[in-house]
Amino acid sequence: MGMTAIEKILAKNSGQAIVKPGDLVVVQVGTAVLYDNNFAPSIWRDILKVQNPESVVVVFDHRVPAKDIISATAQKIGREFVKKFNIERFHDVGPSQGISHVLVAEHGYALPGTVLVCGDSHTCSAGVFNCAARGTGAPDMFYAVTKGETWFRVGETIRYDLTGKLTAPVSMKDVFLHIADTYGSHANLNVEFGGPALANLSMNARRTMTTMCAELSAEFATFEPDPLLLDYIRERNPEPFEEQYPDEDANYLDRRTIDLDKMEPLVALPDTVLNNSQKVGDVVGTKIDQAFIGSCANGTLDDFAAAAAVLKGNKVSSEVRLIITPGTQNIYLDALRQGYVETLIEAGAVVTSATCGACGGAHLGILSAGESCITASTRNFKGRMGDPDSKVFMGSPATVAASAIKGSIADPREIVG
Amino acid sequence: MEFTGKTWKFGDNINTDLILPGRAQLFTEEEQLRCVFEANRPGWIDEVAKGDILIGGFNFGMGSSRPAARSLRNTGLTCMIAESINGLFYRNCVNWGFLALECEGISTAIEEGDEVQVSFEDFKVKNNRTGKTLQARAIPDVLLNTMKAGGVLPLLESEGLIAAPV
Repeated sequence: MGMTAIEKILAKNSGQAIVKPGDLVVVQVGTAVLYDNNFAPSIWRDILKVQNPESVVVVFDHRVPAKDIISATAQKIGREFVKKFNIERFHDVGPSQGISHVLVAEHGYALPGTVLVCGDSHTCSAGVFNCAARGTGAPDMFYAVTKGETWFRVGETIRYDLTGKLTAPVSMKDVFLHIADTYGSHANLNVEFGGPALANLSMNARRTMTTMCAELSAEFATFEPDPLLLDYIRERNPEPFEEQYPDEDANYLDRRTIDLDKMEPLVALPDTVLNNSQKVGDVVGTKIDQAFIGSCANGTLDDFAAAAAVLKGNKVSSEVRLIITPGTQNIYLDALRQGYVETLIEAGAVVTSATCGACGGAHLGILSAGESCITASTRNFKGRMGDPDSKVFMGSPATVAASAIKGSIADPREIVG
Repeated sequence: MEFTGKTWKFGDNINTDLILPGRAQLFTEEEQLRCVFEANRPGWIDEVAKGDILIGGFNFGMGSSRPAARSLRNTGLTCMIAESINGLFYRNCVNWGFLALECEGISTAIEEGDEVQVSFEDFKVKNNRTGKTLQARAIPDVLLNTMKAGGVLPLLESEGLIAAPV
């Protein structure tokens, strides 16, 4: 019996010919990404030895620029660590600032066929690069940085074959909500994507999907390699790599086909995305106080383009705060050069600097009790974006932009498309 | 290693934002402890006692990588038993040294307040009220030893790789 893509990556990096579901494997870590929360005084333990400084990336993203004394202290500790071990791949406040998972993509840090760990749950984002990328805890990161290895339990794999083509304003966020609504939790399972639709899907769109797989509780999410993926990495990183294709006789727990032609805008109701979405038409008119587009899942240039297409020539309702946060400062600059930022600000949006920001309720757009928000970000848990008595709906950037105009949840196809 | 304790029961898909809210992420351990389950079960933190045992449903601990397992350990709970534990949360249980078992049928076999007896030798869980015994999923030795030793930080400290806590 053959192996799935993720099983092959884990086999290769654990020095074994075969791994199978149920195995516990120890793998070499190719890339270890530390971020600002790891350096918080209540978490940080002074690292005395780094196995391989060249494998380490340090990013400040959750609370940048520092929003309070405690985050400023964490960042100061982080800068001292970077200096002590001469970490070259360091993303401080400034021109290379951004959200870790988006920076990993932008700089091609996640090489196909390798292992990447980071102490943030949305690390599965880098699975889009045919990389075994997983969110871990802070102690895992101390272990990976000092010893250069980590462990994984090998789970079964679900294969999704994507067919057809998306028609704007329907986006990968809607495809994700469809999968989460239809199939629910993928806890302790891996997810592998492939199929003919890949030819028409940008790396940004694919990465929205792998990032959101954290919300399925998936172990690893990965895409089958194709020329677009391989060229994307080669343009950004000169290091050699060996991408891993699934075997033809790979053993999948289930194989499911998703026809992108049939997708339509969906909205997840508050508290979870699992088995909890409705067609946008069924929730149209639900009043909102805030609308947010951003995060590691939806802070890309594609997302700025989608929001600008809806907002061009329109005005954000005076009853709604529309906050848009780019994934990196480079994306901000690109969006500025493309004219998207001007369109968004003219429409009444607030465009912030790159950070995780409102997505995790850290800063730049926290909800009060009783308020409702529709978000194109990662997570809609109770209290996620502020007070436990606030509500978070989730939709695509186009659906969020349309809702910001109407002052209540709206169908983007009524504005564009 | 065996424990007997009073149970507190929680449902399916209990997420890390409930265990440790985002606003508390950078707080001290003591401050974080005060926020555990504040949104879904306010006041619980004052009721839970040292030696108690938490019972969870499916996919316990879904969500973020934050040190939520450490906060549960700090409540004085000796361990937790759930139908299934989220993969990332399970890692954090191992690495922060919080004993955690996956046991099919646990959420229907236990009513809140029941006294249970848990063995981390043969992974059997007994409800002392009903007398019913369930077999939990075995924990691989290497992970169990790390859990019992208080997680990976003491190990890294003993190997001179990280400094002692300040």
